[in-house]
This record gives sequence, C-alpha cells and structure tokens, in this order.
Amino acid sequence: MRADLDLIKDWVEPGKRVLDLCCGDGELLHYLHSEKQASGYGLEIGPENITECIGKGVNVIEKDIEEGLASIKDNTFDTVIMTQAIQIMMRPDEIIDEMLRIGKECIVTFPNFGHWRARGYLAFRGKMPVSKFLPYTWYNTPNTHFCTFKDFERLCVERNIYIMERTVVDNEHQHRWWIHLWPNMLGEIAIYRITK
Amino acid sequence: MPTVIPEDSVGIVQPQKIDFHDPLQLSCGRVLERYHLMVETYGELNADCSNAILICHALSGNHHVAGYHSLEDKKPGWWDSAIGPGKAIDTNKFFVIGLNNLGGCHGSSGPNQPNPETGQPYGPDFPIITVDDWVESQARLADHFGIEQFAAVIGGSLGGMQALQWSINYPERLRHCMVIAAAPKLSAQNIAFNEVARQAISKDPQFHDGHYYAQNEVPKVGLMLARMLGHITYLSDDGMRSKFGRELRSGQISYDFTPQFEVESYLRYQGERFSTEFDANTYLLMTKALDYFDPTATEGKPLSEVLAKAKAKFMVISFTTDWRFSPERSREIVDALVDADKQVSYAEIEAAQGHDAFLIPIPRYLDVFNAYMQRVEADTNSLSSKEPS
Repeated sequence: MRADLDLIKDWVEPGKRVLDLCCGDGELLHYLHSEKQASGYGLEIGPENITECIGKGVNVIEKDIEEGLASIKDNTFDTVIMTQAIQIMMRPDEIIDEMLRIGKECIVTFPNFGHWRARGYLAFRGKMPVSKFLPYTWYNTPNTHFCTFKDFERLCVERNIYIMERTVVDNEHQHRWWIHLWPNMLGEIAIYRITK
Repeated sequence: MPTVIPEDSVGIVQPQKIDFHDPLQLSCGRVLERYHLMVETYGELNADCSNAILICHALSGNHHVAGYHSLEDKKPGWWDSAIGPGKAIDTNKFFVIGLNNLGGCHGSSGPNQPNPETGQPYGPDFPIITVDDWVESQARLADHFGIEQFAAVIGGSLGGMQALQWSINYPERLRHCMVIAAAPKLSAQNIAFNEVARQAISKDPQFHDGHYYAQNEVPKVGLMLARMLGHITYLSDDGMRSKFGRELRSGQISYDFTPQFEVESYLRYQGERFSTEFDANTYLLMTKALDYFDPTATEGKPLSEVLAKAKAKFMVISFTTDWRFSPERSREIVDALVDADKQVSYAEIEAAQGHDAFLIPIPRYLDVFNAYMQRVEADTNSLSSKEPS
C-alpha cells in the first residue's frame, strides 16, 4: 500500500462512511472496505483508474471535483479524504470548505513547499524547484497552489478549522524524530485530520 | 449474411413463445387475462438458478438480443456486441434472457397480435402499458424459469428505466442493476419529441384510428416521420457532422425538393426501413410508456427516498454527446443513489455517437462493462459457494 495511505487508514474508524476525492485506483477505499467495513465512494476522472476501481469492487463515481460538490448534502459522510491533490485544485480553500460541509471530518495530505530542498533550490539556483518528488517545470505543472505547512495551518485558523491531528513525514512517508524539530523545514508530506 | 458464425457469437438462436394464464393487473386499471411473451435465452442456467441476467430493451428493441436466426440474417441481434462467449456479458458464465415487452410488435402480446376474446388484432384496444407493468411481467417470466434473483438486470435507454424500476419494485430479486444512457424520468423536451412522433402516426390517413390491420394498410408515412425524428435525437450534432457533413449525393445542388444531402437520404432510408418492420400502434404505446415513466409518481417522494428500499448494487453509464438522455440525467440517478446510501459506480463515456452510443462497442465503454461484469460474476460465484452442496 502507498505509504501515505497506510498512515491515513488508522484515522478511519471501522464501519464509517467515507468519500475519497481523487481516489486513483481505489487502493485506500478497497482497504477500508475490506479491513474496516467502511462504505462509501471514490470520485475520480481518470478512465483507467475508474475501470480499476470498478474491477476491484470499489464504488467509484466519475466526477470532476472542480465542478463542485453541491449535489452532495451536508454531513453525508463521516470522513472525506483527499490525498496529494489539494495543490492541483483551482481553489483549495473552497474545496476544503466543501469537504468540511459534506463530511464530519476530513483528512488532507499535501507536499510541503516549505521543505528545505525546495527553499534551497529557489534560493541558490533562482529557479522553481524540480525534483524526483516534484518532477514538473513551472509551465506544465498541475500543482498550481503549492503551500507550506504554515500556510495551511494559517488557513485553518482563518476559517475556524480545528486540526485534530497532524503527521509530518519524509518523502518515503517515514516518521523521523528530527522532522519534529522543525517540521515546516524538514517535513516533506503532511497529513492533516481536520474538522469544523 | 455471416458466411461463418463468429466464435464469440451465441450462434443460431431460436425464440420461444411463453404463455401466461394468471391475469395481469395493469397500471391503467385494466387487466390482461392472458398474454404471451416472445423470449430468447443464451447460455445455461446453473443449478441454483443464480447466474441469470435479464436484458431489458429500449423503444424499438425486442427479444432478439444476440446471435442469428439463420445464416441468411444480414445482422445479428441488437446487442450482439455485448453478449456472447467471452464478451462483456459472457454466455459461458451467465444465462441471459431477452424478451419482447408486452405491447411490442415482435411476437409478444401487443396491438398486432390477436385478442384472445375476439380473434382479431388488438389494434388500439391493447391497453396502455407502463414500465411497472413490464417489470411485473418480467418478474413472472423469471418465475417461469425458476429464477428467484437475477445476477443482474441490465438495460439501456428505456431498458435502463426498467432496470431502475426493478430495483425499486423487487429489491430482493436482483443483485446488480445496470442503468445505461437512461434518465429518472422524461423532460418536457423528451415528451415533446414523443408527441410529434405520435401526431405524425395518428394523423396519417392510413392510420384509421389504429384499425389499419383490417384495412390491410399501414400508416407508413407517419411511422417513417416518427422514426426520422427519433433518429435525429439518437445522434449527436458532432456525430452527424462527421458522418454526413453537407455531403451531396450527386455532387451538385439540383434546386428542387429531392433528397440531395446525404443526411436526408440516410434519414429517409432509416425511416422507410423502420416503417416496414415496426408497428405503428406499438410505437404509440412505447412512447407513452416512456412519457409516463416516473418512479417517484406513485409515492410522491423524492427519488432518493423511493430508492431507499433498493438492495442492488448499481452501475450507471452515460455518454458525453447523448442529448436525448444526457449525462446530467444519469447524474440525477447517481446523486439519488448516493443520497440513499446505495452502492453505485458511475462512468461518463466520451463518445461522439450521441444516444446511440450505448449500442456501440466503444473501447472504454467495453472496459467499464467488462470490469463491472467481473464484479457481477464474483458475487454470483461467492453466492454459489455459500449454498449447501
């Protein structure tokens, strides 16, 4: 299992109703369904991913999240999850608001643009960071809204979003003791559990 | 004519006529004392009768879903692309039932069949049939075969509406429900198109108020116009542009009213062919069944509440350029199912063919179809393995 998904699964209690935005090939939902008796759906737009989900028995709905989630009623889900996709959204703040409207709690993961490598790249090379982890160049990247952990947490304060839990890991999704000394500098991926 | 029957074809098939003697109470208030259904089946029903799939047909479909009636047939059944050995609906694994719905004109009780009480064709006296009535008659057909629960009920367009109604009327009798290119009910625009088609037929001087059989006449022009109109709604603007564009048959304009554009002669050909194959009274009945379809009508509750009783798992599919029953209409069904906490998957297939796409073997459509049928198969197998041996 993808390492970030492995970390998320512990935050979903058994039997809950889950919505996974940009669910990919349905790996997380498949796990949550078979190991935690969770129900729910994945939203996805990639044709191959959708077929894979269907083949796995994961309920998947072809839907572009950018078109909005207005058709879903308030508090329909126990947990709404979005992994590694918030930075590609046109309006991350609106998506987070919508996630918190349709779900009682949300799990969000994203790459930290405040990581020392990104900072160093820009500071010393004077160019937008390109790495194995962030392989795009500025003109073709889908990541239009990078943020740092600090930026995200500031948004939470502004919007009265309560951070229930936070885990910061390196790009192999490993906890390292030293990350906690300076998470916004040393952590590469954050996993937040939030609620209103 | 197929010189050789393809390996993935169900081959030469034979329809069967099945008689029913239990009176059928219809939505319109009338009762059909006796009736019969024309049916075709493909594949083998397994010992515990758990591998049956019901195919519901659309407006002009019938029981001949797959295979050939003889080697002289120009074309196989109407959904041959999806049904056969190794195809999406694999007849090596499933027992597939196709039928001609009540009111149809291909051998089941309907306007062109003799009324047992008079010996004369029913004509316009055949009662108005609704989707509910079809589901009821199909449930009795399942009883006839000893099928308590279908592995899946599958249909496109008006067939998808029957599948949806099945999940509401008989929640226990289907494990999977596949609703393709359908809508939760018709829009005013849909009904308007149907009304023009009905007017074209009923205003044809050869219609004789539906009693044209005795006159040995057929309202050919009316039926042809109805089909031409219908056909336009089955295609997309893009599809028509790429298929016909403004191509001229003879290469130049002749400044008269003969058909000159390719699209004109295509529609005339389709209309004429249809008018020799289809019954006008049945066309009127089928369009009415479409107009009246509304699963929320009886209970007066929102669709999500009506679907609350459904137990099937759903697969909903739409096509991007379908404007007869657009993706938005399928999304209404999906939203209601999500609201009702039902198991549902939904795919919106990129296709240029409009509403017709549901009958066309588009690669992504087949991928989705195949993947879902694996799930249907897995559920059927796990059920069989639980049965005491």
